[in-house]
Amino acid sequence: MLSLEQISTRICAAIAGARIETVPNASPSAQASLLIDNEHAREIAAFLRDDRELQFDYASNVTGVDWPEKTVKVKTKTKKVIDGVEKEVEELVEQKTPAFLEAVYHLYSMVRGGGPLILRLRTGNRTDHAVLPSLTPVWRSCEFQEREIYDLFGVTFEGHPDLRRILMWDGFEDHPMRKDYQPVAEEETKP
Amino acid sequence: MIATPEIQTARTRGIANHELLEVSMGPHHPSTHGVFRMNVLLDGEVIVKLTPVFGYLHRNHEKIAEKNSYLSAIPYTDRLDYICSMTNNWAYVLSVEKLAGIAVPERAEYIRVITAELTRLFNHACLAGFLLQDMGALGTPLMYAFREREKILDLFESLTGSRMMCNYLRFGGCRCDLPDGWLKQAAGVLAAFSPFLDQFEALLDENEILHARSEGVGVLPRELAINAGVTGPGLRASGVNYDVRKVDHYGIYDRFPFRVPLGEHGDVLDRYMVRILEMRESIKILDQALREIAPGPIIDPKAKLRNLRPKAGEAYGRIEGPKGELGFYLISDGGPTPYRFRVRPPSLINLTVLEDMCIGHSISDVVIILGSVDIVLGEVDR
Repeated sequence: MLSLEQISTRICAAIAGARIETVPNASPSAQASLLIDNEHAREIAAFLRDDRELQFDYASNVTGVDWPEKTVKVKTKTKKVIDGVEKEVEELVEQKTPAFLEAVYHLYSMVRGGGPLILRLRTGNRTDHAVLPSLTPVWRSCEFQEREIYDLFGVTFEGHPDLRRILMWDGFEDHPMRKDYQPVAEEETKP
Repeated sequence: MIATPEIQTARTRGIANHELLEVSMGPHHPSTHGVFRMNVLLDGEVIVKLTPVFGYLHRNHEKIAEKNSYLSAIPYTDRLDYICSMTNNWAYVLSVEKLAGIAVPERAEYIRVITAELTRLFNHACLAGFLLQDMGALGTPLMYAFREREKILDLFESLTGSRMMCNYLRFGGCRCDLPDGWLKQAAGVLAAFSPFLDQFEALLDENEILHARSEGVGVLPRELAINAGVTGPGLRASGVNYDVRKVDHYGIYDRFPFRVPLGEHGDVLDRYMVRILEMRESIKILDQALREIAPGPIIDPKAKLRNLRPKAGEAYGRIEGPKGELGFYLISDGGPTPYRFRVRPPSLINLTVLEDMCIGHSISDVVIILGSVDIVLGEVDR
Protein backbone atom coordinates (compact mmCIF):
# COMPACT_ATOMS: atom_id res chain seq x y z
CA MET A 1 0.00 0.00 0.00
CA LEU A 2 1.12 3.55 -0.70
CA SER A 3 1.92 5.78 2.25
CA LEU A 4 -0.62 8.34 3.46
CA GLU A 5 1.38 11.22 1.94
CA GLN A 6 1.52 9.47 -1.43
CA ILE A 7 -2.21 8.80 -1.31
CA SER A 8 -3.04 12.40 -0.45
CA THR A 9 -0.80 13.81 -3.21
CA ARG A 10 -2.44 11.38 -5.62
CA ILE A 11 -5.88 12.59 -4.60
CA CYS A 12 -4.87 16.25 -4.83
CA ALA A 13 -3.40 15.68 -8.30
CA ALA A 14 -6.61 14.08 -9.53
CA ILE A 15 -9.19 16.30 -7.83
CA ALA A 16 -8.68 20.02 -8.11
CA GLY A 17 -9.37 21.91 -4.91
CA ALA A 18 -9.45 18.91 -2.59
CA ARG A 19 -8.25 19.82 0.88
CA ILE A 20 -6.66 16.97 2.78
CA GLU A 21 -5.03 16.98 6.17
CA THR A 22 -3.23 14.12 7.89
CA VAL A 23 -4.42 13.41 11.43
CA PRO A 24 -1.58 11.80 13.40
CA ASN A 25 -2.11 8.95 15.84
CA ALA A 26 0.29 8.76 18.76
CA SER A 27 -0.83 5.33 19.99
CA PRO A 28 1.23 2.17 19.27
CA SER A 29 -1.25 1.20 16.57
CA ALA A 30 0.09 4.14 14.48
CA GLN A 31 -3.06 4.21 12.37
CA ALA A 32 -2.99 7.79 11.10
CA SER A 33 -5.96 9.07 9.14
CA LEU A 34 -6.86 11.55 6.43
CA LEU A 35 -9.24 14.41 7.15
CA ILE A 36 -11.00 15.31 3.90
CA ASP A 37 -13.18 18.28 3.11
CA ASN A 38 -16.91 17.83 2.83
CA GLU A 39 -17.39 19.46 -0.60
CA HIS A 40 -15.13 16.96 -2.37
CA ALA A 41 -15.75 14.00 -0.07
CA ARG A 42 -17.81 11.93 -2.48
CA GLU A 43 -15.46 12.70 -5.38
CA ILE A 44 -12.48 11.64 -3.27
CA ALA A 45 -14.28 8.48 -2.15
CA ALA A 46 -15.13 7.53 -5.74
CA PHE A 47 -11.52 8.22 -6.73
CA LEU A 48 -10.18 6.00 -3.92
CA ARG A 49 -12.51 3.22 -5.00
CA ASP A 50 -11.80 3.41 -8.73
CA ASP A 51 -8.15 4.46 -8.94
CA ARG A 52 -6.04 1.59 -10.28
CA GLU A 53 -3.21 2.09 -7.82
CA LEU A 54 -5.47 2.23 -4.77
CA GLN A 55 -8.74 0.36 -5.40
CA PHE A 56 -10.23 0.71 -1.94
CA ASP A 57 -13.29 -1.28 -2.95
CA TYR A 58 -14.39 -2.19 0.57
CA ALA A 59 -15.55 0.25 3.25
CA SER A 60 -15.38 -1.90 6.34
CA ASN A 61 -16.21 0.16 9.38
CA VAL A 62 -18.13 3.43 9.42
CA THR A 63 -18.78 5.18 12.67
CA GLY A 64 -19.33 8.50 14.37
CA VAL A 65 -17.41 10.27 17.11
CA ASP A 66 -18.68 13.13 19.21
CA TRP A 67 -16.23 15.89 20.13
CA PRO A 68 -17.94 18.46 22.35
CA GLU A 69 -16.39 21.85 23.02
CA LYS A 70 -13.31 21.60 25.18
CA THR A 71 -11.32 24.23 27.01
CA VAL A 72 -7.64 23.49 27.12
CA LYS A 73 -5.19 25.52 29.15
CA VAL A 74 -2.07 26.13 27.11
CA LYS A 75 1.13 27.64 28.43
CA THR A 76 2.32 30.45 26.22
CA LYS A 77 5.43 32.56 26.51
CA THR A 78 4.99 36.23 25.87
CA LYS A 79 7.40 39.09 26.12
CA LYS A 80 6.28 41.85 28.41
CA VAL A 81 7.84 45.00 29.62
CA ILE A 82 7.83 44.97 33.42
CA ASP A 83 9.39 47.91 35.25
CA GLY A 84 11.13 49.01 32.09
CA VAL A 85 12.81 45.61 31.58
CA GLU A 86 11.69 43.24 28.87
CA LYS A 87 10.96 39.84 30.36
CA GLU A 88 9.63 36.57 29.09
CA VAL A 89 6.53 35.64 31.04
CA GLU A 90 4.72 32.30 31.01
CA GLU A 91 0.98 32.61 30.96
CA LEU A 92 -1.82 30.12 31.07
CA VAL A 93 -4.20 30.89 28.25
CA GLU A 94 -7.53 29.14 27.89
CA GLN A 95 -8.13 27.89 24.39
CA LYS A 96 -11.47 26.61 23.23
CA THR A 97 -11.55 23.84 20.66
CA PRO A 98 -14.66 24.05 18.54
CA ALA A 99 -17.26 21.31 18.89
CA PHE A 100 -17.95 19.00 15.99
CA LEU A 101 -19.15 15.54 15.09
CA GLU A 102 -17.00 13.24 13.07
CA ALA A 103 -17.63 10.33 10.75
CA VAL A 104 -14.78 7.82 10.43
CA TYR A 105 -14.47 5.39 7.51
CA HIS A 106 -12.09 2.42 7.53
CA LEU A 107 -11.32 1.38 3.97
CA TYR A 108 -9.65 -1.77 2.74
CA SER A 109 -8.88 -3.15 -0.68
CA MET A 110 -10.11 -6.66 -1.35
CA VAL A 111 -8.48 -6.75 -4.77
CA ARG A 112 -5.05 -5.43 -3.76
CA GLY A 113 -5.06 -6.36 -0.09
CA GLY A 114 -4.19 -2.92 1.33
CA GLY A 115 -5.60 -1.10 4.29
CA PRO A 116 -6.82 0.26 6.52
CA LEU A 117 -7.03 3.72 5.04
CA ILE A 118 -8.92 5.87 7.51
CA LEU A 119 -10.99 8.81 6.27
CA ARG A 120 -12.51 11.41 8.57
CA LEU A 121 -15.25 13.88 7.81
CA ARG A 122 -16.13 16.67 10.23
CA THR A 123 -19.33 18.64 10.62
CA GLY A 124 -19.37 22.41 11.09
CA ASN A 125 -20.76 22.13 14.61
CA ARG A 126 -22.94 19.88 16.74
CA THR A 127 -26.22 21.70 16.29
CA ASP A 128 -27.42 23.33 13.08
CA HIS A 129 -24.54 22.30 10.81
CA ALA A 130 -24.39 18.61 11.66
CA VAL A 131 -24.49 17.69 7.98
CA LEU A 132 -22.12 15.49 5.99
CA PRO A 133 -22.20 14.11 2.46
CA SER A 134 -23.22 10.45 2.38
CA LEU A 135 -20.74 7.97 0.93
CA THR A 136 -23.42 5.29 0.47
CA PRO A 137 -23.59 5.99 -3.30
CA VAL A 138 -19.91 4.96 -3.43
CA TRP A 139 -19.98 2.04 -0.98
CA ARG A 140 -23.27 0.28 -0.22
CA SER A 141 -21.82 -0.99 3.06
CA CYS A 142 -22.19 2.52 4.50
CA GLU A 143 -25.98 2.35 4.20
CA PHE A 144 -26.88 0.91 7.61
CA GLN A 145 -23.84 2.33 9.34
CA GLU A 146 -24.59 5.91 8.25
CA ARG A 147 -28.17 5.38 9.37
CA GLU A 148 -26.77 4.36 12.72
CA ILE A 149 -24.67 7.54 12.95
CA TYR A 150 -27.76 9.57 12.05
CA ASP A 151 -29.71 7.76 14.73
CA LEU A 152 -27.20 7.74 17.57
CA PHE A 153 -25.15 10.88 16.85
CA GLY A 154 -27.52 13.09 14.91
CA VAL A 155 -25.48 13.64 11.76
CA THR A 156 -27.60 14.17 8.67
CA PHE A 157 -26.14 12.52 5.58
CA GLU A 158 -26.95 14.32 2.36
CA GLY A 159 -27.57 11.99 -0.55
CA HIS A 160 -28.33 8.93 1.59
CA PRO A 161 -31.03 6.87 -0.12
CA ASP A 162 -32.96 5.94 3.01
CA LEU A 163 -32.02 8.03 6.02
CA ARG A 164 -34.16 6.85 8.95
CA ARG A 165 -33.52 5.84 12.54
CA ILE A 166 -32.26 2.29 12.70
CA LEU A 167 -31.86 1.16 16.33
CA MET A 168 -34.02 3.65 18.24
CA TRP A 169 -37.69 3.94 17.36
CA ASP A 170 -39.23 6.59 15.12
CA GLY A 171 -40.29 9.50 17.23
CA PHE A 172 -37.38 9.22 19.63
CA GLU A 173 -35.84 12.64 19.83
CA ASP A 174 -32.35 12.64 21.29
CA HIS A 175 -29.14 11.04 20.09
CA PRO A 176 -27.91 8.58 22.75
CA MET A 177 -24.27 8.29 21.72
CA ARG A 178 -23.59 12.00 22.16
CA LYS A 179 -21.43 12.78 25.16
CA ASP A 180 -23.97 15.15 26.70
CA TYR A 181 -26.93 12.77 26.36
CA GLN A 182 -29.12 12.64 29.45
CA PRO A 183 -31.05 9.39 29.73
CA VAL A 184 -34.69 9.73 30.67
CA ALA A 185 -36.81 7.26 32.58
CA GLU A 186 -37.66 4.43 30.21
CA GLU A 187 -41.37 4.41 30.81
CA GLU A 188 -41.74 8.01 29.67
CA THR A 189 -40.16 7.49 26.27
CA LYS A 190 -41.39 4.11 25.14
CA PRO A 191 -44.05 4.26 22.46
CA MET B 1 -55.66 -2.39 0.05
CA ILE B 2 -52.81 -0.08 0.86
CA ALA B 3 -51.53 2.39 -1.70
CA THR B 4 -47.95 2.97 -0.60
CA PRO B 5 -45.53 4.62 -3.03
CA GLU B 6 -43.87 1.20 -3.48
CA ILE B 7 -47.09 -0.25 -4.75
CA GLN B 8 -47.48 2.64 -7.15
CA THR B 9 -43.97 2.14 -8.51
CA ALA B 10 -44.45 -1.59 -8.69
CA ARG B 11 -47.59 -0.97 -10.73
CA THR B 12 -46.02 1.51 -13.08
CA ARG B 13 -43.06 -0.78 -13.61
CA GLY B 14 -45.47 -3.50 -14.59
CA ILE B 15 -44.42 -5.80 -11.77
CA ALA B 16 -47.89 -5.94 -10.38
CA ASN B 17 -51.25 -5.35 -11.89
CA HIS B 18 -53.22 -6.69 -8.99
CA GLU B 19 -53.22 -6.09 -5.30
CA LEU B 20 -50.06 -6.27 -3.27
CA LEU B 21 -49.98 -7.49 0.29
CA GLU B 22 -47.75 -6.14 3.02
CA VAL B 23 -46.74 -8.74 5.59
CA SER B 24 -44.79 -8.15 8.75
CA MET B 25 -42.49 -11.16 9.25
CA GLY B 26 -41.26 -11.21 12.81
CA PRO B 27 -40.16 -10.15 15.34
CA HIS B 28 -41.49 -13.43 16.71
CA HIS B 29 -41.16 -15.52 13.60
CA PRO B 30 -39.19 -18.68 14.43
CA SER B 31 -37.04 -18.37 11.30
CA THR B 32 -35.62 -15.02 12.28
CA HIS B 33 -33.46 -16.63 14.99
CA GLY B 34 -34.26 -13.88 17.44
CA VAL B 35 -36.22 -10.68 17.36
CA PHE B 36 -35.76 -9.45 13.82
CA ARG B 37 -38.56 -8.10 11.67
CA MET B 38 -38.90 -7.86 7.93
CA ASN B 39 -41.66 -5.88 6.30
CA VAL B 40 -42.23 -7.68 3.04
CA LEU B 41 -44.37 -6.53 0.17
CA LEU B 42 -45.79 -9.47 -1.71
CA ASP B 43 -47.17 -9.91 -5.16
CA GLY B 44 -48.91 -13.23 -4.68
CA GLU B 45 -46.06 -15.12 -3.01
CA VAL B 46 -43.25 -13.19 -4.69
CA ILE B 47 -41.24 -10.55 -2.85
CA VAL B 48 -41.47 -7.07 -4.36
CA LYS B 49 -39.87 -5.18 -1.52
CA LEU B 50 -38.30 -6.10 1.79
CA THR B 51 -37.48 -3.68 4.60
CA PRO B 52 -35.57 -4.97 7.60
CA VAL B 53 -36.51 -3.46 10.96
CA PHE B 54 -33.91 -3.52 13.73
CA GLY B 55 -33.56 -2.49 17.32
CA TYR B 56 -35.67 -4.93 19.34
CA LEU B 57 -32.60 -6.06 21.27
CA HIS B 58 -30.84 -2.70 21.32
CA ARG B 59 -29.23 -1.84 24.66
CA ASN B 60 -26.51 0.53 23.44
CA HIS B 61 -23.61 -1.74 24.18
CA GLU B 62 -21.22 0.97 22.94
CA LYS B 63 -22.38 3.54 25.47
CA ILE B 64 -22.19 1.00 28.31
CA ALA B 65 -18.61 0.21 27.33
CA GLU B 66 -17.73 3.91 27.22
CA LYS B 67 -18.88 4.27 30.82
CA ASN B 68 -16.86 1.30 32.10
CA SER B 69 -13.18 0.45 32.23
CA TYR B 70 -11.41 -1.38 29.42
CA LEU B 71 -11.36 -4.61 31.40
CA SER B 72 -15.04 -4.62 32.28
CA ALA B 73 -16.06 -4.40 28.64
CA ILE B 74 -14.87 -7.99 28.05
CA PRO B 75 -17.90 -9.76 29.58
CA TYR B 76 -20.19 -7.42 27.65
CA THR B 77 -18.59 -8.51 24.38
CA ASP B 78 -19.62 -12.11 25.20
CA ARG B 79 -23.22 -11.00 24.76
CA LEU B 80 -22.77 -9.56 21.28
CA ASP B 81 -22.76 -12.73 19.25
CA TYR B 82 -23.81 -14.89 22.15
CA ILE B 83 -23.03 -18.11 20.31
CA CYS B 84 -19.39 -17.24 19.71
CA SER B 85 -18.13 -15.46 22.82
CA MET B 86 -14.53 -16.57 22.33
CA THR B 87 -14.12 -14.80 19.00
CA ASN B 88 -15.82 -11.67 20.34
CA ASN B 89 -13.32 -11.61 23.21
CA TRP B 90 -10.46 -12.01 20.78
CA ALA B 91 -11.52 -9.15 18.51
CA TYR B 92 -11.84 -6.82 21.48
CA VAL B 93 -8.60 -7.73 23.24
CA LEU B 94 -6.79 -7.55 19.89
CA SER B 95 -7.94 -3.95 19.48
CA VAL B 96 -6.90 -3.02 23.02
CA GLU B 97 -3.54 -4.71 22.46
CA LYS B 98 -3.08 -2.58 19.34
CA LEU B 99 -4.13 0.53 21.19
CA ALA B 100 -1.87 -0.02 24.18
CA GLY B 101 0.94 -1.91 22.46
CA ILE B 102 0.72 -5.18 24.42
CA ALA B 103 2.49 -8.35 23.28
CA VAL B 104 0.98 -11.81 23.64
CA PRO B 105 2.97 -14.93 24.66
CA GLU B 106 3.06 -17.86 22.27
CA ARG B 107 1.04 -20.28 24.37
CA ALA B 108 -1.76 -17.74 24.70
CA GLU B 109 -1.76 -17.27 20.92
CA TYR B 110 -2.18 -21.02 20.50
CA ILE B 111 -5.01 -21.11 23.03
CA ARG B 112 -6.70 -18.28 21.16
CA VAL B 113 -6.45 -20.10 17.85
CA ILE B 114 -7.76 -23.31 19.41
CA THR B 115 -10.76 -21.67 21.10
CA ALA B 116 -11.57 -19.54 18.05
CA GLU B 117 -11.48 -22.47 15.64
CA LEU B 118 -13.58 -24.59 18.00
CA THR B 119 -16.06 -21.71 18.01
CA ARG B 120 -16.03 -21.60 14.23
CA LEU B 121 -16.66 -25.35 14.10
CA PHE B 122 -19.80 -25.31 16.18
CA ASN B 123 -21.06 -22.03 14.76
CA HIS B 124 -20.95 -23.40 11.22
CA ALA B 125 -22.36 -26.77 12.29
CA CYS B 126 -25.30 -25.10 14.04
CA LEU B 127 -25.86 -22.77 11.09
CA ALA B 128 -26.06 -25.75 8.76
CA GLY B 129 -28.49 -27.39 11.18
CA PHE B 130 -30.68 -24.30 11.45
CA LEU B 131 -30.65 -23.79 7.69
CA LEU B 132 -31.86 -27.33 7.11
CA GLN B 133 -34.45 -26.90 9.83
CA ASP B 134 -35.72 -23.87 7.90
CA MET B 135 -35.94 -26.05 4.80
CA GLY B 136 -38.11 -28.55 6.59
CA ALA B 137 -35.64 -31.13 7.90
CA LEU B 138 -37.13 -30.74 11.35
CA GLY B 139 -34.87 -31.68 14.19
CA THR B 140 -32.40 -34.26 12.98
CA PRO B 141 -29.56 -32.20 11.40
CA LEU B 142 -29.87 -29.53 14.07
CA MET B 143 -29.80 -32.04 16.90
CA TYR B 144 -26.77 -33.78 15.40
CA ALA B 145 -25.04 -30.39 15.21
CA PHE B 146 -26.06 -29.52 18.74
CA ARG B 147 -24.72 -32.84 20.01
CA GLU B 148 -21.26 -31.87 18.71
CA ARG B 149 -21.65 -28.35 20.02
CA GLU B 150 -22.40 -29.67 23.49
CA LYS B 151 -19.08 -31.50 23.55
CA ILE B 152 -17.23 -28.31 22.66
CA LEU B 153 -19.21 -26.33 25.21
CA ASP B 154 -18.19 -28.92 27.82
CA LEU B 155 -14.58 -28.15 26.89
CA PHE B 156 -15.24 -24.43 27.29
CA GLU B 157 -16.92 -25.04 30.61
CA SER B 158 -13.98 -26.93 32.05
CA LEU B 159 -11.64 -24.22 30.73
CA THR B 160 -13.53 -21.04 31.64
CA GLY B 161 -16.29 -22.07 34.03
CA SER B 162 -19.00 -20.99 31.65
CA ARG B 163 -20.46 -22.67 28.61
CA MET B 164 -21.46 -19.70 26.50
CA MET B 165 -20.44 -16.47 28.27
CA CYS B 166 -16.79 -17.43 28.50
CA ASN B 167 -15.19 -14.07 29.41
CA TYR B 168 -11.86 -15.79 28.91
CA LEU B 169 -9.34 -13.66 27.02
CA ARG B 170 -7.45 -10.81 28.63
CA PHE B 171 -5.19 -8.08 27.26
CA GLY B 172 -1.86 -9.79 26.65
CA GLY B 173 -3.11 -13.36 26.99
CA CYS B 174 -5.80 -15.46 28.64
CA ARG B 175 -7.36 -15.56 32.07
CA CYS B 176 -6.23 -19.03 33.16
CA ASP B 177 -4.21 -21.90 31.83
CA LEU B 178 -5.66 -25.06 30.31
CA PRO B 179 -6.66 -27.60 32.98
CA ASP B 180 -4.85 -30.93 33.13
CA GLY B 181 -5.89 -33.30 30.41
CA TRP B 182 -7.79 -30.59 28.50
CA LEU B 183 -5.72 -30.98 25.35
CA LYS B 184 -6.32 -34.71 25.32
CA GLN B 185 -10.03 -34.18 25.81
CA ALA B 186 -10.04 -31.60 23.01
CA ALA B 187 -8.22 -33.99 20.71
CA GLY B 188 -10.92 -36.56 21.48
CA VAL B 189 -13.71 -34.14 20.63
CA LEU B 190 -11.93 -33.19 17.45
CA ALA B 191 -11.40 -36.82 16.46
CA ALA B 192 -15.17 -37.34 16.72
CA PHE B 193 -15.94 -34.21 14.72
CA SER B 194 -14.59 -35.47 11.39
CA PRO B 195 -16.81 -38.59 11.36
CA PHE B 196 -19.77 -36.38 12.33
CA LEU B 197 -19.05 -34.15 9.37
CA ASP B 198 -18.72 -37.17 7.06
CA GLN B 199 -22.08 -38.43 8.27
CA PHE B 200 -23.62 -34.98 7.96
CA GLU B 201 -22.39 -34.63 4.41
CA ALA B 202 -23.41 -38.15 3.45
CA LEU B 203 -26.91 -37.44 4.68
CA LEU B 204 -27.31 -34.04 3.13
CA ASP B 205 -24.95 -33.09 0.33
CA GLU B 206 -26.86 -34.98 -2.35
CA ASN B 207 -30.22 -34.42 -0.72
CA GLU B 208 -32.78 -33.53 -3.34
CA ILE B 209 -34.75 -31.15 -1.13
CA LEU B 210 -31.64 -29.24 -0.14
CA HIS B 211 -30.67 -28.77 -3.78
CA ALA B 212 -34.18 -27.91 -4.94
CA ARG B 213 -34.58 -25.30 -2.25
CA SER B 214 -31.12 -23.71 -2.37
CA GLU B 215 -29.71 -23.89 -5.90
CA GLY B 216 -29.98 -20.52 -7.61
CA VAL B 217 -31.80 -19.03 -4.62
CA GLY B 218 -30.63 -15.75 -3.13
CA VAL B 219 -27.80 -15.16 -5.55
CA LEU B 220 -25.34 -12.51 -4.43
CA PRO B 221 -23.16 -11.24 -7.29
CA ARG B 222 -19.46 -10.79 -6.58
CA GLU B 223 -19.30 -7.01 -7.22
CA LEU B 224 -22.31 -6.30 -5.05
CA ALA B 225 -20.93 -8.47 -2.26
CA ILE B 226 -17.69 -6.45 -2.19
CA ASN B 227 -19.38 -3.07 -2.47
CA ALA B 228 -21.91 -3.87 0.22
CA GLY B 229 -19.20 -4.93 2.66
CA VAL B 230 -20.41 -8.51 3.00
CA THR B 231 -17.77 -10.55 4.82
CA GLY B 232 -17.22 -14.07 6.00
CA PRO B 233 -18.56 -17.22 4.34
CA GLY B 234 -21.21 -15.18 2.49
CA LEU B 235 -18.53 -13.21 0.68
CA ARG B 236 -16.41 -16.24 -0.11
CA ALA B 237 -19.45 -18.09 -1.47
CA SER B 238 -19.64 -15.30 -4.07
CA GLY B 239 -16.11 -16.17 -5.14
CA VAL B 240 -14.10 -13.44 -3.41
CA ASN B 241 -10.92 -14.75 -1.83
CA TYR B 242 -10.87 -12.60 1.30
CA ASP B 243 -10.23 -14.07 4.70
CA VAL B 244 -8.91 -11.75 7.42
CA ARG B 245 -6.88 -14.64 8.82
CA LYS B 246 -4.98 -14.73 5.51
CA VAL B 247 -4.93 -10.97 4.88
CA ASP B 248 -3.93 -9.63 8.31
CA HIS B 249 -2.08 -12.69 9.68
CA TYR B 250 -3.23 -11.65 13.11
CA GLY B 251 -2.20 -13.88 16.01
CA ILE B 252 -0.17 -16.77 14.66
CA TYR B 253 -2.34 -17.69 11.70
CA ASP B 254 0.62 -17.49 9.29
CA ARG B 255 1.93 -20.71 10.86
CA PHE B 256 -1.07 -22.72 9.71
CA PRO B 257 -1.33 -23.79 6.09
CA PHE B 258 -5.05 -23.82 5.34
CA ARG B 259 -7.11 -23.20 2.25
CA VAL B 260 -9.88 -20.66 1.81
CA PRO B 261 -12.89 -22.42 0.27
CA LEU B 262 -14.63 -20.36 -2.41
CA GLY B 263 -18.05 -20.63 -4.00
CA GLU B 264 -18.90 -20.04 -7.63
CA HIS B 265 -22.50 -18.97 -7.85
CA GLY B 266 -23.08 -17.10 -4.61
CA ASP B 267 -26.38 -18.84 -3.93
CA VAL B 268 -27.64 -20.44 -0.72
CA LEU B 269 -26.14 -23.82 -1.64
CA ASP B 270 -22.70 -22.24 -2.06
CA ARG B 271 -22.98 -20.51 1.28
CA TYR B 272 -23.88 -23.84 2.87
CA MET B 273 -21.03 -25.71 1.14
CA VAL B 274 -18.43 -23.02 1.94
CA ARG B 275 -19.23 -23.46 5.62
CA ILE B 276 -18.93 -27.24 5.44
CA LEU B 277 -15.54 -26.88 3.75
CA GLU B 278 -14.42 -24.25 6.24
CA MET B 279 -15.11 -26.70 9.05
CA ARG B 280 -12.76 -29.16 7.35
CA GLU B 281 -10.05 -26.49 7.24
CA SER B 282 -10.66 -25.57 10.87
CA ILE B 283 -10.17 -29.21 11.84
CA LYS B 284 -6.78 -29.11 10.09
CA ILE B 285 -5.79 -25.93 11.94
CA LEU B 286 -6.92 -27.44 15.25
CA ASP B 287 -5.02 -30.67 14.63
CA GLN B 288 -1.82 -28.73 14.10
CA ALA B 289 -2.42 -26.33 16.99
CA LEU B 290 -3.16 -29.12 19.48
CA ARG B 291 0.04 -30.87 18.35
CA GLU B 292 2.29 -27.81 18.48
CA ILE B 293 1.14 -26.01 21.63
CA ALA B 294 4.02 -25.89 24.13
CA PRO B 295 4.10 -25.02 27.83
CA GLY B 296 4.85 -21.45 28.71
CA PRO B 297 3.38 -18.28 30.17
CA ILE B 298 -0.23 -17.55 29.24
CA ILE B 299 -0.24 -13.82 29.83
CA ASP B 300 2.23 -11.01 29.39
CA PRO B 301 3.28 -10.24 33.01
CA LYS B 302 3.71 -6.55 32.14
CA ALA B 303 0.20 -6.22 30.73
CA LYS B 304 -1.97 -4.09 32.94
CA LEU B 305 -5.54 -5.30 33.31
CA ARG B 306 -7.05 -3.05 35.94
CA ASN B 307 -6.76 0.72 35.58
CA LEU B 308 -5.50 0.40 32.06
CA ARG B 309 -5.00 3.88 30.65
CA PRO B 310 -3.73 3.67 27.09
CA LYS B 311 -2.02 6.70 25.57
CA ALA B 312 -4.32 9.03 23.67
CA GLY B 313 -4.88 7.66 20.20
CA GLU B 314 -7.03 5.19 18.36
CA ALA B 315 -6.90 1.67 16.97
CA TYR B 316 -9.04 -0.55 14.78
CA GLY B 317 -8.53 -4.27 15.22
CA ARG B 318 -10.39 -6.97 13.36
CA ILE B 319 -10.54 -10.73 13.16
CA GLU B 320 -12.25 -13.26 10.95
CA GLY B 321 -15.19 -14.19 13.11
CA PRO B 322 -17.41 -17.13 12.17
CA LYS B 323 -19.96 -14.65 10.77
CA GLY B 324 -17.57 -12.28 9.05
CA GLU B 325 -15.17 -9.49 9.85
CA LEU B 326 -15.64 -8.57 13.50
CA GLY B 327 -13.86 -5.34 14.36
CA PHE B 328 -13.52 -3.03 17.32
CA TYR B 329 -12.64 0.62 16.91
CA LEU B 330 -11.36 2.27 20.06
CA ILE B 331 -10.38 5.86 20.79
CA SER B 332 -8.53 6.63 24.00
CA ASP B 333 -8.15 10.08 25.49
CA GLY B 334 -5.71 8.81 28.08
CA GLY B 335 -8.46 8.16 30.60
CA PRO B 336 -9.52 4.92 32.31
CA THR B 337 -12.52 4.39 30.02
CA PRO B 338 -12.57 4.29 26.22
CA TYR B 339 -13.51 7.66 24.73
CA ARG B 340 -15.14 5.87 21.83
CA PHE B 341 -15.95 2.20 21.65
CA ARG B 342 -17.36 0.88 18.42
CA VAL B 343 -18.22 -2.62 17.28
CA ARG B 344 -18.23 -3.42 13.60
CA PRO B 345 -20.99 -6.03 13.59
CA PRO B 346 -20.71 -8.44 10.66
CA SER B 347 -24.27 -9.67 11.16
CA LEU B 348 -25.75 -6.21 10.66
CA ILE B 349 -23.66 -5.27 7.64
CA ASN B 350 -24.25 -8.62 5.95
CA LEU B 351 -27.97 -7.79 6.04
CA THR B 352 -27.45 -4.73 3.80
CA VAL B 353 -28.04 -6.86 0.72
CA LEU B 354 -30.86 -9.00 2.14
CA GLU B 355 -33.43 -7.19 0.03
CA ASP B 356 -31.35 -7.57 -3.16
CA MET B 357 -31.06 -11.30 -2.54
CA CYS B 358 -34.75 -11.78 -1.81
CA ILE B 359 -36.49 -9.76 -4.53
CA GLY B 360 -38.14 -12.03 -7.06
CA HIS B 361 -38.11 -15.08 -4.79
CA SER B 362 -41.07 -16.51 -2.93
CA ILE B 363 -41.74 -15.77 0.72
CA SER B 364 -40.69 -19.27 1.73
CA ASP B 365 -37.26 -18.61 0.23
CA VAL B 366 -36.81 -15.50 2.40
CA VAL B 367 -36.58 -17.79 5.41
CA ILE B 368 -33.78 -19.76 3.78
CA ILE B 369 -31.92 -16.74 2.45
CA LEU B 370 -31.97 -15.11 5.87
CA GLY B 371 -30.84 -18.40 7.39
CA SER B 372 -27.90 -18.59 5.00
CA VAL B 373 -26.72 -15.08 5.95
CA ASP B 374 -26.17 -16.26 9.54
CA ILE B 375 -27.16 -13.51 11.92
CA VAL B 376 -27.30 -13.24 15.68
CA LEU B 377 -29.53 -10.48 16.97
CA GLY B 378 -27.37 -9.74 19.98
CA GLU B 379 -24.82 -8.45 17.52
CA VAL B 380 -27.17 -6.88 14.98
CA ASP B 381 -28.92 -4.68 17.53
CA ARG B 382 -26.13 -4.33 20.13
